[in-house]
Amino acid sequence: MKRVYVNETWCLGCHLCEYYCAYANSGLNDMVKALKDKEIRPRLTIEQEGTISFAVSCRHCTEPLCMKSCIAGAISCKDGLIVIDQSKCVNCYSCIMACPYGALMPSVEQVMQKCELCATNSHGQPVCVQGCPNKAIVYEER
Amino acid sequence: MHYLIIGNSIAAAAVIEGIRSQDQEGAITVVGEEKQACYARPLISYLLQGKTDEERMRYRDQAFFDKHKVTVLTGTRACHLDAEKKTVALDDGTTLAYDKLVLATGSSPFIPPMEGLEQVKNRFTFLTLDDAHELTAAIKSESRVLILGAGLIGLKCAEGLFGRVRSITVVDLAPRILASILDEKGSANVQAHLQQKGLTFHLSDRVKEFTANEALLESGTIVGFDILVVAVGVKPNTELAKEAGPLVNRGIVVDHAMRTSVQDIWAAGDCAEAPELVSGCNKVLPLLCNAYLQGETAGKDMAGLTEPFKQAIAMNAISFFGLHVITAGLYEGEEKLFAQEGSYKRLFVKDNHLVGYILIGKAVERAGIYTALIRNQTALDTIDFDLISRQPALMAFAKSVRQQQLGGSV
Repeated sequence: MKRVYVNETWCLGCHLCEYYCAYANSGLNDMVKALKDKEIRPRLTIEQEGTISFAVSCRHCTEPLCMKSCIAGAISCKDGLIVIDQSKCVNCYSCIMACPYGALMPSVEQVMQKCELCATNSHGQPVCVQGCPNKAIVYEER
Repeated sequence: MHYLIIGNSIAAAAVIEGIRSQDQEGAITVVGEEKQACYARPLISYLLQGKTDEERMRYRDQAFFDKHKVTVLTGTRACHLDAEKKTVALDDGTTLAYDKLVLATGSSPFIPPMEGLEQVKNRFTFLTLDDAHELTAAIKSESRVLILGAGLIGLKCAEGLFGRVRSITVVDLAPRILASILDEKGSANVQAHLQQKGLTFHLSDRVKEFTANEALLESGTIVGFDILVVAVGVKPNTELAKEAGPLVNRGIVVDHAMRTSVQDIWAAGDCAEAPELVSGCNKVLPLLCNAYLQGETAGKDMAGLTEPFKQAIAMNAISFFGLHVITAGLYEGEEKLFAQEGSYKRLFVKDNHLVGYILIGKAVERAGIYTALIRNQTALDTIDFDLISRQPALMAFAKSVRQQQLGGSV
């Protein structure tokens, strides 16, 4: 399955991926309208320390501990893609307790959100990857 | 091949997934005592709050059971197990033969003997959907609710009832709330938050005697109430196993593959007592994630794939009125404390390993990175522990490890 992979030596720490992510999941088709004066809650996190930086998003694990720990049965695996049914989520944070990568976080609406590889929004392909100016994140089969 | 699953909750659903990952053909029968289809049990407090409904509480939908060709008998109790003949007798008079059996019978509320308890008419427990419905039907906006037990169940019940009743009073024998998962400071933090909402606590106290609408406490305090909820703890449902021979201690004793001491019988979930990672001792861990992982392990093993589940630890994620608490592991060894306004973190380190943590408030972000350190028994001298203590981050790992985490298939 194609996943988002990180090449940290190429990451500039520019945080553009976070903006592209927030836009892609906003449901709006205008990036300015989606982001201007809004609190953004991207589904990926940039870690930064000194000269090192990299983006962390859901690994779509073959052993999805978030799914197995979800008390609501809200997280499922669809052909390898780990997705949340936000209507079932009660915001208990069990998935945050379980994910070894720290890849889930609450949305503005106070339900859990995670990277779904833009497969469940209108874009179809990870917009963070398309927006990365230095190919520090790629979407490919490995 | 006939796989028989006694119980129809989380562990049972996981057993089905485990079996079907290996065996598409064998017949599977589920016997569930409750009349409802498999539901997400811990959501009953959210149901009271109106944050979910019965439809959304379904843990696995009907399509799941259809797809996996599972026969589900709800509202049916298994009352006798004959391990020699390999049969289970049901309360509807029928008997089911099995080739492989898993006991996923869960746990029941523990109700200690208390004087006058039988005089209390509006008396409830809080573990099942039926309990939630009965409680909902009984409460009125002017009800005074008394909850015995300031543990996870009692306090989630309190949160669920909050705003729907006049008052909520909680009594516990322990000197602090959530004593099984929090330290003193953590308990005090959460208690202050709950008191601010209007809950009343009587700690280090117990009910000496009940009358119909009053509880006389050991301290002399009298608490008037209209509704009583007993939530002092749960006990594993081990009756079937006991009479059939599998070794029962506190729970049904199983190994890493969830096998009991009797051939062709497995156990998983709240009823099972399995080896815990950090202590190395057998423990009953009545937690949803362990129920799932144990069930899945049992299902796979029953169908021929032995993948021992060796990473069982205690872990809890719970919240009250927006205040989140995540805890894991054991609280022993050296401590590292990080406390500031709105955030509380205590890490426990022993022999170069993280063995436990308590996180409250903002400190819960990315908690799973800590959980993984415990579960994977990561040697702390291989990571930047100072950095990861301050904030859970993959940055703390060696670059080669990170390359595997973020650049490899996991």
